Amino acid sequence: MSEISVEITGLKKSFGSLDVLKGIDVTVNRGDVVCIIGPSGSGKSTLLRCVNLLEEPNDGKIVVNGVELTDPDVDIDLARTKIGMVFQSFNLFSHLNVLANLTVAQRKVLKRGEKEAQEIALRNLDRVGLKEKANSMPAQLSGGQQQRVAIARALSMDPDVMLFDEPTSALDPELVGDVLGVMRQLADEGMTMLVVTHEMQFAREVADKVIFMDGGYIVEEGPAAEVIGNPQEERTQEFLARVLDPTHHGPSDPA
Amino acid sequence: MALSKRKRAEYFRYSQYTLLVVIAVVIAFLADWEQIRTAFFNFKTMGDMFPNVITIALKNTLIYTALGFAFGLALGLVLALMKLSSIAPYRWIATIYIEFFRGIPALLVFIGLAFGVPLAFQIQFDIYSTVMLALGIVGAAYMAETIRAGIQAVPKGQVEAARSLGMSQGRAMITIVIPQAFRIILPPLTNELILLTKDSSLIYIIGLARDQYELTKFGRETLSRSPSLTPILVVGLCYLIITLPLGYLSRYLERRSGGKKVSVL
Repeated sequence: MSEISVEITGLKKSFGSLDVLKGIDVTVNRGDVVCIIGPSGSGKSTLLRCVNLLEEPNDGKIVVNGVELTDPDVDIDLARTKIGMVFQSFNLFSHLNVLANLTVAQRKVLKRGEKEAQEIALRNLDRVGLKEKANSMPAQLSGGQQQRVAIARALSMDPDVMLFDEPTSALDPELVGDVLGVMRQLADEGMTMLVVTHEMQFAREVADKVIFMDGGYIVEEGPAAEVIGNPQEERTQEFLARVLDPTHHGPSDPA
Repeated sequence: MALSKRKRAEYFRYSQYTLLVVIAVVIAFLADWEQIRTAFFNFKTMGDMFPNVITIALKNTLIYTALGFAFGLALGLVLALMKLSSIAPYRWIATIYIEFFRGIPALLVFIGLAFGVPLAFQIQFDIYSTVMLALGIVGAAYMAETIRAGIQAVPKGQVEAARSLGMSQGRAMITIVIPQAFRIILPPLTNELILLTKDSSLIYIIGLARDQYELTKFGRETLSRSPSLTPILVVGLCYLIITLPLGYLSRYLERRSGGKKVSVL
């Protein structure tokens, strides 16, 4: 298998007359953690959602683990089983308990037996530290627990790459750490991860590469220490100044 | 000095109570109680109606309603999915169906099925099939809209999560969306069941054998041999035996699902 896990070339996406992505090239190496940062509306979530084709690109090519997703003949459902996704709003299946959340796709999509699916589910629940919640309903869990269950649900499909779409943005501040801890542990285990986040500390410490997006373009990319620690582009500097030290800046649009 | 706002509201309330009491007294005064007693509370007729009113009529009403509801639910689900389909003709067909059968009296559907269809297609349904089809066809038109609303009320993220795990559109619909939609629409569906229970009375239009009578038909038959209106009172109470608990069930389900419908004064 190639060393490249995700390769995006010339990706364009528009909603109606609004161009959200205006030509994006991204390469993610196997085992790498790539963090995408940028202001809201910059297209970073859309970019992530294109990687498993939750959004259909208008132009460009997306290859994940050697499978070209933009090929019209590709079995997208099969391809998605290898691409785990974690959402900002968790999206646990609210009518199923935690264990069933983790087994339903294993059973229905991967056709695993009940016993095998449950073993895999419990193993992954253990990884996120929530084995004792197997029989709880999602509504009984805190936001942080729900998000960790959502991560375990994605892991239960044995994905090659994991996509995180602002996984901590909907959490109470004191619960963010639990989720980031699980993600850091995943990264340490060598999972290939593509993370849209506002957590600069996480990006700085865990990411192999940081991509700064603005206005549908990649403005700057490189090692975390450089993009976050010593940004070259003016827009990156502005954005980071606001994010890292929000109280010492005026309104973002002085118009 | 003019009355304060609160005082005025208080007097207004008292005047309303007084008005209601006066109306009740007038009605009670005008009514011929002796007539009412003989017309509605003929205990001999009541006694004669038992046990058949329960063992035949109530039972059949329940069976007919259940059959109609089951068929209507299945057909309503199909219609709801058609209405949400990306294939335009499906949407048109569903819309036409729903508008048509919501717009005509259920009685006409019964007549059409009992007499029109056998003429047109040279097929004769048995009584249970006729009732199931007639009640189901009408009920489906109402339930389709309810089910569609329920499906659309399931958060979009649920489908996205299902698709991201590799489920196909259809699989996500069956495994994730529809079960959640039905939880949402359980209260309105229960109301639909109440309406169907009452609509089952329209079967009287079809020729029924004695052991096929449902409540209304049974009541009317007894009425024709009875010196009083007592049978109507009895079958009316029987309907309430079915519909009141369903009403409570509906409200209970609504409360439990945290329904935002607050009763409007």
